Amino acid sequence: MFGEIYDVIVVGGGHAGAEAAAAAANMGSKTLLATMNLETIGQMSCNPAMGGIAKGQIVREIDALGGYSGIITDKSAIQFKMLNKSKGPAMWSPRAQSDRRRFSEEWRLMLERTPNVDFYQEMISGLLIENNKVVGVKTSLGIEIKSKSVVLTNGTFLNGLIHIGEKQFGGGRAGEKAATGITEQLVGIGFESGRMKTGTPPRVDGRSLDYSKMIVQPGDARPEKFSYLDTNFLTNQRDCHMTHTSEMVHDLLREGFDRSPMFNGRIKSLGPRYCPSIEDKINRFADKNSHQIFVEPEGWDTVEVYVNGFSTSLPEDVQFKALRSVVGFENVKFFRPGYAIEYDYFPPTQLKHSLETKLIDNLYFAGQINGTTGYEEAASQGLMAGINAHLKINNKEPFILKRDEAYIGVLIDDLITKGTEEPYRMFTSRAEYRTLLRQDNADLRLTPLGYELGIAKKERLIKMEEKEAKSNMFVDFFKNTSVIPEDINPILENVNSALVKQSDKMFKVFSRPKVKMEDMLKLDKVSSFVKEHNLNREVLEQTEVQVKYAGYIAKEKNNADKLQRLENVKIPSNFDYTKLKSLSYEAREKLTAIQPATISQASRISGIKPSDISVLLVFMGR
Amino acid sequence: MQTTTNDTIIALATPSGAGAIAVIRLSGPDAILLVSNYFISSFNKKLKKQKSHTILLGNIIDGDKTLDQVLVSIFKNPNSYTGENVVEISCHGSPYIQQQIIQLFLRNGCRMADAGEFTLRAFLNGKMDLSQAEAVADLISSENEASHQIAMQQMRGGFSNEIKNLRDQLLNFASLIELELDFAEEDVEFADRSAFIALVNKISVVLKGLIDSFAVGNVIKNGIPVAIVGEPNVGKSTLLNALLNEERAIVSDIAGTTRDTIEDEISIGGIGFRFIDTAGIRDTKDVVESIGIKKTFEKIEQAQVVLFLVDTKEVLSSALGVQNLVIEIEKIKNKYPLKPLLVIANKRDILSNEEMENLSSSVSNLLPISAKTGEGVDTLKNKLLEFVNTGALRNNETIVTNTRHYDSLLKALEAIQKVQFGIDEELPSDLMAIDVKDALSHLGEITGQVTNDELLGNIFANFCIGK
Repeated sequence: MFGEIYDVIVVGGGHAGAEAAAAAANMGSKTLLATMNLETIGQMSCNPAMGGIAKGQIVREIDALGGYSGIITDKSAIQFKMLNKSKGPAMWSPRAQSDRRRFSEEWRLMLERTPNVDFYQEMISGLLIENNKVVGVKTSLGIEIKSKSVVLTNGTFLNGLIHIGEKQFGGGRAGEKAATGITEQLVGIGFESGRMKTGTPPRVDGRSLDYSKMIVQPGDARPEKFSYLDTNFLTNQRDCHMTHTSEMVHDLLREGFDRSPMFNGRIKSLGPRYCPSIEDKINRFADKNSHQIFVEPEGWDTVEVYVNGFSTSLPEDVQFKALRSVVGFENVKFFRPGYAIEYDYFPPTQLKHSLETKLIDNLYFAGQINGTTGYEEAASQGLMAGINAHLKINNKEPFILKRDEAYIGVLIDDLITKGTEEPYRMFTSRAEYRTLLRQDNADLRLTPLGYELGIAKKERLIKMEEKEAKSNMFVDFFKNTSVIPEDINPILENVNSALVKQSDKMFKVFSRPKVKMEDMLKLDKVSSFVKEHNLNREVLEQTEVQVKYAGYIAKEKNNADKLQRLENVKIPSNFDYTKLKSLSYEAREKLTAIQPATISQASRISGIKPSDISVLLVFMGR
Repeated sequence: MQTTTNDTIIALATPSGAGAIAVIRLSGPDAILLVSNYFISSFNKKLKKQKSHTILLGNIIDGDKTLDQVLVSIFKNPNSYTGENVVEISCHGSPYIQQQIIQLFLRNGCRMADAGEFTLRAFLNGKMDLSQAEAVADLISSENEASHQIAMQQMRGGFSNEIKNLRDQLLNFASLIELELDFAEEDVEFADRSAFIALVNKISVVLKGLIDSFAVGNVIKNGIPVAIVGEPNVGKSTLLNALLNEERAIVSDIAGTTRDTIEDEISIGGIGFRFIDTAGIRDTKDVVESIGIKKTFEKIEQAQVVLFLVDTKEVLSSALGVQNLVIEIEKIKNKYPLKPLLVIANKRDILSNEEMENLSSSVSNLLPISAKTGEGVDTLKNKLLEFVNTGALRNNETIVTNTRHYDSLLKALEAIQKVQFGIDEELPSDLMAIDVKDALSHLGEITGQVTNDELLGNIFANFCIGK
């Protein structure tokens, strides 16, 4: 059945697997996407939304490199919001509510239209390994499929165990079988594995809700989008709603605590602290008598609704009773109860920066198997693993993004350097230089790299170059054009900024925190320049950021460059730290375990002291 | 971790403490330029135009104030110890002058060198061959260890609490900002701006206070007065030399003191101690000697610590020796019950163990040392520092004495002032966070680094996050 040898086999068709398959195939690799269910490619297992703070930036990065997640989100979005617009540009974060089924369907269609992608539906139960190198996979039917590399993106499926109250059963998602075999084989080879936990809320019938009692949460009046390509802006959007829990709801939930797998010790693994279940919130923050609940439609047409903020593994009768006490949910009907799921992951310190495992050559891990959570985190790892699998089998250097280049770089470096004890989610505060890693410049940062790799098409590069040239021109215009007090003072007065006494360069006035692009556009000279050069929204946004935050961007760039010097000092692989007696015992042990690639990475390992780094620098010389 | 080599570093190259002269070394691309901005040659020569390996006489000036007359030696890259531009300033040996000059350059673009950093740079610039690597590495790790310990010791007083307190508050502040940024969608309460402003202003005031304490601190300026009580030939100068840890005569007679009380200033662990020589207090009928005793008590009165130095051989040689010794010690203790007193049994090297034990059983809290061999000298130093750190000296005010700390405080203040500016200008909080993190990291140089993980941990521990 499978005569040929694939270049890349991707195991799993979630966000990581789909991006991995697309990336490898677009670069020219013969790729097989093997999944247990071809109907659930790109399935949104949890909330029907993409993006959010830090996550939205990641989706923009994936898109800038030539991945599909941004395009698919735009095609299936039912609502768009740019979060944090009142903060600085590093914080502007795109988020979209998606039509869950359309999202999955678009993924399937995009992959079908991508040359070089084959599909096969069956459980992969093992890997074919020869001389510490992966050479294919084995299916549960016993079929052996040969390949030069394998990307594992098993999500929550490896020995997945679902908990609802005191009931527990095997499964990778509600209604889907768990996957077995791979963990056992890898542990046998010498991999370390662990268990993690995550959870999801009930989904309910929208027709049973009273929205008049809730607060409407509409999308942006002028919605933006994710892809830098010409996808459509939303012209029509669906509303979300907000309601909240009460003391009565909390009391009802507490009644079920003795039957909660979280509290009776049945679930031992760690869940994410920043995405707690409702019972966890009540338990840990007992003094808070109300929590927000976001009511999110699952699509354009469906009546199914996602109850965001009410993730729970309490018994279904307790879930139901408590939810019926929430304002607007008095007559709620359940579609599916909430549940918690435990699954296997492999501590990611066992990986290289390319996401290839240290133990087995040409084997890559991406997504929840690495202990992360979130579609965006998974998709970006899939993209990187797909790219690097292709590069490896073509004997090329791995593609590694640095911490000051992309959130994707921060994500992977954090994972492989520090590991993670709880499901890892991206936050802007994880990036040292978030002012550089903005959603408005992901294309400027990454599209040239994606183009060089052959994954971003020429069209992307041309668009990006045009945006760059036009915004530079516009910035220069502000630098070189003066404005007289009579023209600018009414505008300044309007925003409560000090008036000017003599004419000054526009750049200087525009730099003031309170002055925005929309204010500058009131000047005739500015608006006619925009018209004359046909400057679009993205150029205006980029220009505004470049003018207003020039000082901070330059400062962060400078700091990042300093770090870069340490980044350039490479440590040979398999370096023998035990012979460096000047290192502390702890440092020797940790460095041996992690095997950092550079001095800079070594400095980020917890427990490594500055003096250890000095000692290493001495030995690495210059 | 500061290991970039594009900045200019400074440190005292000679051992800290008082000496005839001290050498302050700067290394880095801007070393010559920096010094030339604060140096006026006595013969109208331009420092920047001098050839490598030349020396100029002149004054170091800070505004309109002349700090010291100095000799400045220039070594241009690559022909210097570190391979970079190096300037060595030979100034007068008072710790006060040394600190004033170092502070001047820290305020104007220099960074305090890390332990072993000159040597590290020398190595990185190829001034040493690889066979010396292990030695250099050992040196760095041991010096870091030592400087860390000293820093920890110095911090055990009010200073550490003050900084830790500030850092905690700032960490909370930073967490609140991050919370506001990363969890803006969620139901979290943000602290109000006026509380932020009050906190930042308070931090600014405290930082300024700490920085001022460094400049005016009595400890640095004058040293902690320590009276050494002992007979003329008991070994006082040998002890002082041993404390100095090197074979160098002590010459810093402080002007204005009378010939019979010679004061020597020695820096131990970055803290100045002023040793005051006194005669013994042995009972006597002799008029001249009783005047001496009176003077001794005056000096003890002024001192914050009393070292009672005993010539053990002498004491053990007479029948009443031990008994008299105990009486003399009691006399001081009765007169100054609160004053820390250390009894030091000198010449341990010529004493048998049996004799030593005999003595220890009669005199409590005896510290055996040998000024000649150096035995016990470190213990004495640690005891002296302990008095400072445990607050036994009743220097109630928090005083910053460590130049590295001073440097960090200056930079923390600079960052905090930017935060204040940001609040006034309604700067977006993600940009303000850059300055807050800057301040945290500079305070962290004193108390330990704050990591992003720590920020997030703080958030998760204190706020209910998550939809």
